[in-house]
Amino acid sequence: MPIGFASSTKASRPWGSADDDVGTRDAENGYAMTRKQRRMTIIGGSLAVLALAAALVLNALRDSIVFFSTPTMVAEKHVEPGRRFRLGGLVQPGSLQRGDNLAVTFEVADGNAKLPVAYKGILPDLFREGQGVVAEGALDANGVFKADTVLAKHDETYMPKDVADALKKQGHWKDDYGGKPSGGGKTSDAGKPAATTAQGNPQGAVR
Amino acid sequence: MIAESGHYALVLALGLALIQSVVPLIGARLRDAALMNVARSTALAQLLFVGASFIALVMLHVNSDFSVANVYENSHSMKPLLYKITGVWGNHEGSMLLWVSILALFGGLVAAFGNNLPLSLRAHVLAVQAWVASAFYLFILVTSNPFLRIASPPIEGRDLNPVLQDVGLAVHPPMLYLGYVGFSISFSFAIAALMEGRIDAAWARWVRPWTLVAWIFLTLGIAMGSYWAYYELGWGGWWFWDPVENASLMPWLSGTALLHSALVMEKRNALKVWTILLSILTFSLSLLGTFLVRSGVITSVHAFATDPTRGVFILLILCLFIGGSLALFAGRATSLKQGGLFAPISREGALVLNNLLLTVACAVVLFGTLYPLAMEMLADFKMSVGAPFYNLTFAPLFALLLLAVPFGPMLAWKRGDLLGVTQRLLAAGVAGLVAVAIVWGWTTGGSTLAPLAIGLGVFVIAGAVTDIVERTGLVRLPFATVLHRARGLPRSAWGTAFAHAGLGVALIGIVCETTWNSEYIATMKQNDVAQIAGFDVKLDGLLQHQGPNYREMIAEFNVSRDGQPLSVMTPSKRSFSTRGSSTTEAALLTRGASQLYISLGDTTAEGAIAVRIYYKPMVLLIWWGPVLMAFGGVLSLSDRRLRVGAPKPARSKQRLQPAE
Repeated sequence: MPIGFASSTKASRPWGSADDDVGTRDAENGYAMTRKQRRMTIIGGSLAVLALAAALVLNALRDSIVFFSTPTMVAEKHVEPGRRFRLGGLVQPGSLQRGDNLAVTFEVADGNAKLPVAYKGILPDLFREGQGVVAEGALDANGVFKADTVLAKHDETYMPKDVADALKKQGHWKDDYGGKPSGGGKTSDAGKPAATTAQGNPQGAVR
Repeated sequence: MIAESGHYALVLALGLALIQSVVPLIGARLRDAALMNVARSTALAQLLFVGASFIALVMLHVNSDFSVANVYENSHSMKPLLYKITGVWGNHEGSMLLWVSILALFGGLVAAFGNNLPLSLRAHVLAVQAWVASAFYLFILVTSNPFLRIASPPIEGRDLNPVLQDVGLAVHPPMLYLGYVGFSISFSFAIAALMEGRIDAAWARWVRPWTLVAWIFLTLGIAMGSYWAYYELGWGGWWFWDPVENASLMPWLSGTALLHSALVMEKRNALKVWTILLSILTFSLSLLGTFLVRSGVITSVHAFATDPTRGVFILLILCLFIGGSLALFAGRATSLKQGGLFAPISREGALVLNNLLLTVACAVVLFGTLYPLAMEMLADFKMSVGAPFYNLTFAPLFALLLLAVPFGPMLAWKRGDLLGVTQRLLAAGVAGLVAVAIVWGWTTGGSTLAPLAIGLGVFVIAGAVTDIVERTGLVRLPFATVLHRARGLPRSAWGTAFAHAGLGVALIGIVCETTWNSEYIATMKQNDVAQIAGFDVKLDGLLQHQGPNYREMIAEFNVSRDGQPLSVMTPSKRSFSTRGSSTTEAALLTRGASQLYISLGDTTAEGAIAVRIYYKPMVLLIWWGPVLMAFGGVLSLSDRRLRVGAPKPARSKQRLQPAE
């Protein structure tokens, strides 16, 4: 069993060549540190990185979090124009209108309230009237929700969980919304959301 | 019969795992070699039975036996053979069976090739493996049995979700699971070391190859999944910061940290306690990932499971293993002897910094994944944490890490010379700055951060090259000597260079794609021409086509540049009647590392079609980077020092090689 094998590295030189003597010159200071000092340096460094991460997270939490709302919640709480949020609900039947150049408008309803939504781009494959939808964007000055992302899923029985929960809470849940398919099986899908984006690439970007 | 045999084999595997959980430990207590060796036989027999069970499920899917619920729900007789097979793990029950099969595979490999492990260590490791295996066999048998029959068998199946009928998704889950589950080996080794109260550099030598194997598969698995999302979902996104993607990224981050800390332990006998903790954390994060995906707890589009009993069961497994192992760690870690002094500026110091940044970045991802859940439970409001959050937190931490990457391999063990290394890296630094200047001058507009990030990527690549140049003495020494040295250089040194360069390559790809991606969305009629990034894309027409289990509409585009015809691109939209759903098959035209990407939307009443065209510069680098990293991992693995199952050092030769 090769115990003590690690000591064999002592025999090798840092870069393996005889003409390197840089490695020993400036390191004397480091070598003279006591065990305690070394430990403190490492602990200090760790704390610094942790503090940096905490600062980054707290800063990011202030303005990069997107809340989820239903039309009722938007009506109750005054949401200021320009504040980004996710709007969830059902696409109001008969409200979908297509304009020029892929512009669409539709209404999102949750039983109590409705909110007009404007979007420009290609809607996901399974965007249908009467089906659940989640859109991300912000209100404009006229109270129209300008969406830049519309999420739906590649499954006809899909109901976004946020939407289902909100509808249940308000007593508008019907079992046939996104209900289980006949046959009693569970829905089993590993799909990602089909999201369409009107402004380049706001998702998944590292900028 | 096949279903019943598969089910029975799984029950037998559970029985074997239960024996393997207890008997070897009694053997280790009594120092009875025969009892300890039971672990070896049971591990191999487990592999046999689980393998049989898995093959049984594959056969059921291939034969389209719709009397089995799992086959009925996820298959269709018209489905191509490939997707009949891959459909086995395209659903909850089957993918859990794949999970335990891979677990048994790793256990079997340790049993078969672990002959040079001390007997009691092997007994402990295999016993811990069997604990994990028993828990998951029980989970499958109690909550997710794939072999359940339907009383009155239907004639036709419900088909697999069409987005999953794809080659990329055939390969992605097994790769990812090989990674996730592979980390169970380092976990078992860590628990075994804690139970034995003994750990040394040799321990790290045994653990590192296994960790490396798991890491290689996880790296490729994540890259594969990302590429699949890119071409299959039809809008060119390749990373969504979705909880389920985070679930695979977190074990990768801590696994990468583990790989590096095990190096310190192996070479310098230091960071023992930390390495043990990382082994536990990495596998815990893999379990957490399994929980997040399987339980449906997170509002994630990935979540398959809608049945809460499964979630609770996995949560119990999670608490048992994470809680138990951390408690054992808290109780035993102090008894492990510390060793190995080093200065803050040294190879060890650099690796500590690497570990620090990786684990903190991992913690940030964990926070972002769990925070919305916690807020929903505690404060009852919903929110999502998306790309903007990670751009502000994960990205700066990773940038810091990348800045430090070139320094690490060039510092000496024990005490390094930062000034000297900086001088050696001067050329790499200059290369990075030149890249910043060129990109700055060449592009107008866009983010100011983009040129800096590209400079950082170039610096990382140039740093990796510098390391190899320094080691071989290229430029300084005669060519023959250089060749000789290059041949004598340990494979792991090349591995390090490739893996680190891969990071830089991926970074450049990410920055180019997100900054200079151009997009064209419009409705097009026949003979309409779209102009994007210098390409002329003309819609020639639409055709209908009948596939095996779908109908598709194909659009034919003629792509030309400066009047020169380049290629014909045929994106399509498939509709699958069984599920009533459709998928978008994007067409890709690769030019160097850049791609032109066309996907289709809906047809309008006037016979026009909505079209999305992207030009994505350097996008392929995003995945070439991870491939390079994995290649580096394979090179390291093939290093004689680390070869799986052959960890006997050749001391005399070792001494002649430079430390890497």
